Amino acid sequence: MLNVGLIGLGKMGLSHFAIVNTHPAVKLVGVCDSTSYLCGILHKYTGIEVFSNYREMLDKKSLDAVIIATPSRFHGEMVREALNRGLHVFCEKPFCLDVYDGLDLAELAERKGVVNQVGYHYRFVGAFNAAKRLLDAHALGRLHHVRVEAYGPVVLRPKGATWRSKGSEGGGCLYDYACHAIDIVNYLVGRPDAVSGTVLNRIFSRDVDDEVYATMHFTDGMTGMIAANWSDDSLRRMSTQVTLWGTNGRMVVDRQEVKTFIRAAAGSAVAAKEGWDIRHTTDFHSDVWYYLRGEEYSAQLDYFFQCIVEGRRENISSFESAAQTDCVVSAMLQNAGEAWRQVDSGARSPTLSPNGSGGFLSAVMGR
Amino acid sequence: MDRILFGDNQFFGINHMSEEKARAQAIRFADIQEIIDLLDAAYDSGIHVFMCTTHDRIAEICAHVRLHPERYSKLEFYPCMPYAHKYANAVTEHGTMEALKRFLPAEGALSALVRGGVSVARRDVEGMARLLIDAEMKMFNGLKTPVIFLQNVVTDLLLGMGIKDAFRIFADHVRDRYKAEPGFITMNMPRLLDVLEEVGIENPIVCANINKLGFRMCGGIELYEKAIASRKFRPVAMSVLASGAINPREAIEYVCRQKDIKSIVFGASSKSNILNTKRLIEEYSVA
Repeated sequence: MLNVGLIGLGKMGLSHFAIVNTHPAVKLVGVCDSTSYLCGILHKYTGIEVFSNYREMLDKKSLDAVIIATPSRFHGEMVREALNRGLHVFCEKPFCLDVYDGLDLAELAERKGVVNQVGYHYRFVGAFNAAKRLLDAHALGRLHHVRVEAYGPVVLRPKGATWRSKGSEGGGCLYDYACHAIDIVNYLVGRPDAVSGTVLNRIFSRDVDDEVYATMHFTDGMTGMIAANWSDDSLRRMSTQVTLWGTNGRMVVDRQEVKTFIRAAAGSAVAAKEGWDIRHTTDFHSDVWYYLRGEEYSAQLDYFFQCIVEGRRENISSFESAAQTDCVVSAMLQNAGEAWRQVDSGARSPTLSPNGSGGFLSAVMGR
Repeated sequence: MDRILFGDNQFFGINHMSEEKARAQAIRFADIQEIIDLLDAAYDSGIHVFMCTTHDRIAEICAHVRLHPERYSKLEFYPCMPYAHKYANAVTEHGTMEALKRFLPAEGALSALVRGGVSVARRDVEGMARLLIDAEMKMFNGLKTPVIFLQNVVTDLLLGMGIKDAFRIFADHVRDRYKAEPGFITMNMPRLLDVLEEVGIENPIVCANINKLGFRMCGGIELYEKAIASRKFRPVAMSVLASGAINPREAIEYVCRQKDIKSIVFGASSKSNILNTKRLIEEYSVA
């Protein structure tokens, strides 16, 4: 039995609570949140031991692993503390607001030899993995463009009092929706080397972006576009779609479907058939021991626990890979402040720059 | 309970197979008359139960039915509460406390709870739960609601966390206040049955995915089949077509072969699909 503690009882924290609590190989031995009424209710109705200070929980309980589901600005400190105690750590996304913090923690986790994972659950969605298998087998030939879009209803009014409305705490569409979009691109085709043309717009929020657009540039000349908007209530929940174009055809993938179009002339040995082919979630869903909102939420935690039990070091969604996603986010943040090219309306005019700074492209820092 | 229940996923852009299909449906059913027409087709074919989420738009359907009591004299609603995205979005936007305040009609219950802090009293929590149920039920005022379901997101969250008393609180309030039978929707049926038994809810109505593919049947299809055949509860099968992954005849034949399934709920976007599915259920239910 693995003894696990949980820090943070927001939406993801409660979801993890239910999933971990039912896992046959795990015992949830303590939860921690600063909201005392919530802890009070949970203790009363479930009997779980509750803490208002996470260090106290780490001191008092004998833990194998900890799940951290607090706002991102707390991640650095909490993850470091857990790693220094030799615990395996599952941390919610986005990993760290400070890129260097994230890269340091990835290194520390490596040194400590503990399992480390970040909650990018799209990496555990059957459809995205089916797409990855096809891409890894070069079913689309040489890829030349990828487009990722994430839309959904989070901020729909000019109001908001939670941490999500504060950029300094990891709020904003870039840290919320766009992170998932960037991470799934990193997973499917690798991390971009540079970004350009980043737009961070406010629609309803006062302090953070509600929509994100950017161009991505990859090593081999492939380009990409990202579009994320969390103020779109034409969808009932977040919906993310990746479209890829290669010399052999096109692929459109979301949580539920993989649609491929393979060119007749391509003669692909990997793709099932020429023209359009559609596979649904029922074709690649895998059973989980407990279902809440989607198989992927259970699958990612099960994978984390399995890695611990089997002493596996590599991870599908490691601190390192999440830190690389943070690097792209950071590049976009910097790029958003960089130069624009004014539309020449006949009269000669210089480059327009929102803050007077130089280039058009921001390199993505990372390893 | 009726044998055949008409579901509402198709009306609200919910399709487990395809976001494109979901959007096309959401566009089509943006016109409330489209929903009413389809509901009429189901009703006129002899399906007299509408099993529906407590989505804001259902309130419009309820108003329509209240206006035409003779037309819908046999129509019953099986409300499924809550419409979870409403709460989830509010929690994201406002935080847990502020979201709760917004959904609670009376300010008192919440302030008592917050004041209480860690030593919060059970009766406060239970009072609040009852207020939330009442708020969801408001739209069904004056209509027949003989069975009231707890949605799977909530059932499975509570079940997973081990807040077992919540099922008892829900069941008691639904019985006392609405003279209705409590029902529970779940993706984790075998586990839920254990807990309902433990808290003394006898012969419960439990709605779960039951399909030939074993799609989203946590614990596995064999365990489900065994539970259906051997445990004392009233199973309602949903997702019998696995969002279209199984051909209808095969799908219905499988579900009807599980003799102890009491009801089958299905959604459809066309009159012909309603009639075909209903005919298949009747054909295999007789055999």
